[in-house]
Amino acid sequence: MSGAPVLQTVGLEKRFGGVHAIAGVDFTLAEGELRCLIGPNGAGKSTFFKMLTGQITPTAGRIVFAGTDITHAATHEIGRLGIGIKNQVPDVFDGLPVRENLWLAARRGNAIAATRQIVAELMERLQLTDIAHRSVGELAHGQRQWVEIGMVLARRPKLVLLDEPSAGMSLEETNRTAALIREVNKTTTIIVVEHDMQFIRQIATKVTVFHQGQILVEDAFERIMTNPAVRDVYLGRQAAA
Amino acid sequence: MRIGIPGLGAAGERPGLLWWLLVALALIALMILPSRLNIAQQFNISIIFILALLALSMSFLWGYAGILSFGQTAFFGLGGYGFAVLALNLGETTFSLFAAILLAMLFAAIFGYFMIYGRISDIYLSVMTLVITLIFEKAIKSTSGEQYVIGKVRLNGQNGIPTVPSIKIPWHTAKELGIDGVFYLSAALLVLVYVGLRLLLTTPFGRVLVGIRENTRRIELLGYDSRRYKLAAFIISGGIAALSGVLFAVWNNFVAPEMFGLKRAAEVIVWVIVGGKSTLVGPIVGTAIVQMLKTNLGSQAVGEWLPLILGVVLMLVVLAFRDGLLPGIGGGIAWLCRRVRGGAT
Repeated sequence: MSGAPVLQTVGLEKRFGGVHAIAGVDFTLAEGELRCLIGPNGAGKSTFFKMLTGQITPTAGRIVFAGTDITHAATHEIGRLGIGIKNQVPDVFDGLPVRENLWLAARRGNAIAATRQIVAELMERLQLTDIAHRSVGELAHGQRQWVEIGMVLARRPKLVLLDEPSAGMSLEETNRTAALIREVNKTTTIIVVEHDMQFIRQIATKVTVFHQGQILVEDAFERIMTNPAVRDVYLGRQAAA
Repeated sequence: MRIGIPGLGAAGERPGLLWWLLVALALIALMILPSRLNIAQQFNISIIFILALLALSMSFLWGYAGILSFGQTAFFGLGGYGFAVLALNLGETTFSLFAAILLAMLFAAIFGYFMIYGRISDIYLSVMTLVITLIFEKAIKSTSGEQYVIGKVRLNGQNGIPTVPSIKIPWHTAKELGIDGVFYLSAALLVLVYVGLRLLLTTPFGRVLVGIRENTRRIELLGYDSRRYKLAAFIISGGIAALSGVLFAVWNNFVAPEMFGLKRAAEVIVWVIVGGKSTLVGPIVGTAIVQMLKTNLGSQAVGEWLPLILGVVLMLVVLAFRDGLLPGIGGGIAWLCRRVRGGAT
């Protein structure tokens, strides 16, 4: 599975006023990996994702993706290089039909015929065919997440970032999402931010734990679960005190 | 729901046969109409077509690209003044018409570049466009002195430039368009611009624009440079506003600083809101209703009460039809259809 690093951050920092949202993160991701990021609220996971996609500019440090320095690249340039992200809050075109959402995603960099092909395949694969003509804004939260995941996959990205993909999904939808992630991982490197440990158990090989804007520990899922430092962070101070 | 009356305003999908039929029908009606109207009526209806173009320029930008430009009148005025100065200097009108529009588009390109590539927020863009049109008004108003001459044309400050020439027919330059000629020209151009915009919205470019309105961040994450699209839309819309301005100058044989003024700028918003910005037909209908109301009330000696009455109309429309008259009526029809169909099964 492992190869050359597809993504590397060196001394990455983000300050909001006096707050260190990200305080020096050295992160390396090998090609083909499926990595989970966990950590309590405010640990900096979403901020980290947003910096990787140019939605937030780092205060210090470097981000290198597939050999290219993208630290100060614009969002659309990073999108073209092949990083796709599903943000925590569904970031879709609410007023447009499902099909149009996928079409806009697939169209960039592709000819019309190829675009149509990609859209048709994705609708089939994500079981969206029945709701192709409905406005995304009318759909249930879980379905909107699937549309957004579909939009990410339509780009055929090298690296997929998923910020809480199972939030608001039913158990059955969650299981389907886990299966989808494993399948996508056969061809694509993925980072997933999640809170649902059952979900992580289904997909993860290696887990990175964020805490107060830094990497606390990085290890295999089973060992993370028995790590006392992780337990302290999650269960709160009283356990440590 | 942002989708308007089926076949009349929905973006993305290609217009159907019914739509083309309606357009052809409207065109035929407009071409027959003048023979049934007297000169005064022709004159009053022409201005509706001309101002509807200005409304279209705004609703395209606002309703489809999500950019609220308060100052489309800047391009309207530039078009009018550009045409007046060029035509009076050159003594011909065809080149002047196109050059005036290109001039305004060039200005839109430069002005838009700094706003859009400078990534100022939407609300500041609205303010900046309003300010720029007011600056133009002030600047032109202060050109009363004899020294303000372009070529052989005096700008005349707040008195405006009279004797703007009528359009000469390109292949027969001895003949000028009369009142009926202006009617035909503005009606044809209105239909042409409407059809052009409607088709533009079905192209990949138009669909990305709608995507920008819906969610700019997502469009950028997908790899589109939204600034290029926004700037292109801004320039196109500036060109349409300038076309409206040229026709206004021709219709009136006169241009004045009020073309840039706050009153006109606010009116455009009223037309668009009343008609509904999420359709292209809406602003045309909105312009027609408000203008006819104005003309009729104006002759009923309501005088200074007119702005108040228009304000009340605007409030009523906004309260009753949140998205404007046409989408409201369209939604009503769709609701009725569902009820009828639901009742049948």
